Parts: sequence; C-alpha cells; structure tokens
Amino acid sequence: MQLPASHAVLDFSGYAVAVWLFLIGLYGIVSSRHLVHLCLSLTVVQASTYVLLVIIGYRPGLPAPVFTDGVQPGSPAVDPIVQALMLTDIVVEATVVALLLAITVRIHHSAGTADPKEVDMMRG
Amino acid sequence: MSRSWRLALFILGASGIAILFFLALRTVPSSNGLGDRYAQQINSRTFPERNITDAVTAVNFDYRGFDTVGEEFILFVSVLGSLLLLRMAEERKEKLLIDAAEPWRDVGPSDATRLWILSMIAPKVVFGMYIITHGQLTPGGGFQGGIVLASAALILYLGENFAVFRNVLSRALIEALEAAGAGGFLLIGMLSWFWGRPFLTDILPLGKAHELTSGGTIALISMATGLEVSAGFILLLYAFLQENLLPSGEK
Repeated sequence: MQLPASHAVLDFSGYAVAVWLFLIGLYGIVSSRHLVHLCLSLTVVQASTYVLLVIIGYRPGLPAPVFTDGVQPGSPAVDPIVQALMLTDIVVEATVVALLLAITVRIHHSAGTADPKEVDMMRG
Repeated sequence: MSRSWRLALFILGASGIAILFFLALRTVPSSNGLGDRYAQQINSRTFPERNITDAVTAVNFDYRGFDTVGEEFILFVSVLGSLLLLRMAEERKEKLLIDAAEPWRDVGPSDATRLWILSMIAPKVVFGMYIITHGQLTPGGGFQGGIVLASAALILYLGENFAVFRNVLSRALIEALEAAGAGGFLLIGMLSWFWGRPFLTDILPLGKAHELTSGGTIALISMATGLEVSAGFILLLYAFLQENLLPSGEK
C-alpha cells in the first residue's frame, strides 16, 4: 500500500527523534561532571528506545489495541507487543535508576565527590 | 583522558551513528509491513481466546508472561540492591530518626497545604486499585496502577513528614507485601502444573467478557504485579527518605 506523504514524514520524524534522544543522552553521559547528571542522561538515552518502539509499532490510522468503545474485537490495531514491552520497561527502568542513584550516594559518601573524573574507582 | 579529547571522540562516534542512521533510514519498510503479522495475530486472538479487551495486558501477563517474570525480577533485584546499598546500622538509624523527626514537626507544610495533599490520598489509592483491577478491560494493569498506589505513599510524606510516613506504613509489612507480589506471580504461573500444563498457562475459567472477572489468571497476575510494584517503590522511598535524614556533618 502506498502511504500518503504526510505519513512518511511522520515515520521519519519518529526515528529521527529516537536517534536525537540517543545521541544527546550519550553526549550528556560523556560530558557529565556529576554522577546524578550521568544517571539522568542515561534515562534520556533509554527514552530513545521508547520512542523507537512506539514508532515501530505505529500503524497509520489504526486505533489503540483496546477493543472497547466502538473498536470491534479482532479488528486490526496498533502493535500491542511493543507497547507491552515499553510499559514494563518504564517501570523497571525507574527502579534501576534508583539503584544507580543509591550507588551514587555510596560513592559520594566514600569518595567525598560525585564528579566521575575525580572519583578514583579502583580504590578499595 | 581530558574532557576535550573525550568530546572529540564522542563527536567522531556520534557523527558515525548519524551517518549510518540516515543510510539505514532509506531501507526502513513503511510502517504497514514491519512485523505486522505477529501484532495482528495477537490483536485478532486476544478477545476470542482470552475473553479480555486489552491486548497489551494480554501480551504482558499471558502471551509473553514469561518475559514479564524476568522484568519483575529485574525490578525486585534492583529494589533489593538499593535497600542493601542504603542500609545503615540499626541503632544509629533509630537515633537519627528520632533526632531528625522532632524539629521537622514545626516547620512542615501549612495546614491548608496539608489538608489538600492528605485529601488526595484516598482518591489516589482508589484510582490505583481501579487501574490495577481493570487492566484486562481498559488500558492499565499492575505496573501502571502500582506506581499510582506508591505515589499515594509519597504524597503522605509530602503532606506530613518521615515520622508519620514510617508510622503509617510498617516497613516489615511493605517488605512482606513485595515478596508476596513477586512470589504470587510465580505461584499463579505454577498453578497450571496441577493440570499438567506448561508454566503460566491460563487455566482458570475465562469469565464473562467486559466484566472484572474475565481473563482467568491475567487479572490475578496483574494484581500480584501491582502489589510488587507499589511495595517496591514504597521501599525505595523508605530507603531514600531515610538517607536524607543523615545530618550533613556525619558522613
């Protein structure tokens, strides 16, 4: 099926946003001067996977995969699998970030600084 | 490595990724073709096979339920890790809590703020339970509702202080609930072994469509997940709020 040009633009912009979020988050990690900032940059990188999954599962003109309120059961809809992957990952990611922040707190306690450049990781 | 060198290396790598991305984009199939068959199989089978109306929940707690077990235990283990890292010697902790709780009582939020914040707790709890129990009918389920429930605990802290938070939510109880949620998921999954069927087979009666009881084990697993997610996040709040009570001089 030939898609109208507007859909092609929409597809493209979705992938572009995913790559943009990935790169800008990676820049944040590379240039980080504080471990909390580093953790938050990591969440930006992770947000790019959400955008990527949403755009992969997107089907032009189709409804959400919830078959109530006028959507006939069994009719075609947006891809439910990537949505399921995403919603679990958003919740799990929050706890993983909490773990990273807990590690940050520990590093700050033992090293006295949260600058990744200043922290001597190899010290016992 | 100096910052400028690191930045230069990053720009080199990032421009490589950007170039590869634009090359790859030319061959991306239009969104109608990409992996569509599997998605539409799920969409067309969810209602006749499982009697539920939310395909996302069906994927999460049934068709790909085994994946969700893995995700659940990532959550469980990272909560466990955070608690381990932020633990303190018990007697020191008790002393700090008592010291820190007292001066906060007078400088808490104003009565008007407290009234509004605390009056939000009951609606939040009801809303969280609604999202958890209606996952098989409308968008929602254990993961989303669990977060809403945990945020009710957070606004209890915002409206009062950590001493009240600690008195209302018994830590031992929350820990038990988290374990019950994680174990409950596995136990419900193992239920099908009594019928000689594989792990996580939906063996309970599927109920009447469009009603709360539809979907068999899906609703139960959703509730177990909701329990684990909410309890896990409340435990994280516990750990971080407690850490906050450390006087800045004592590190």
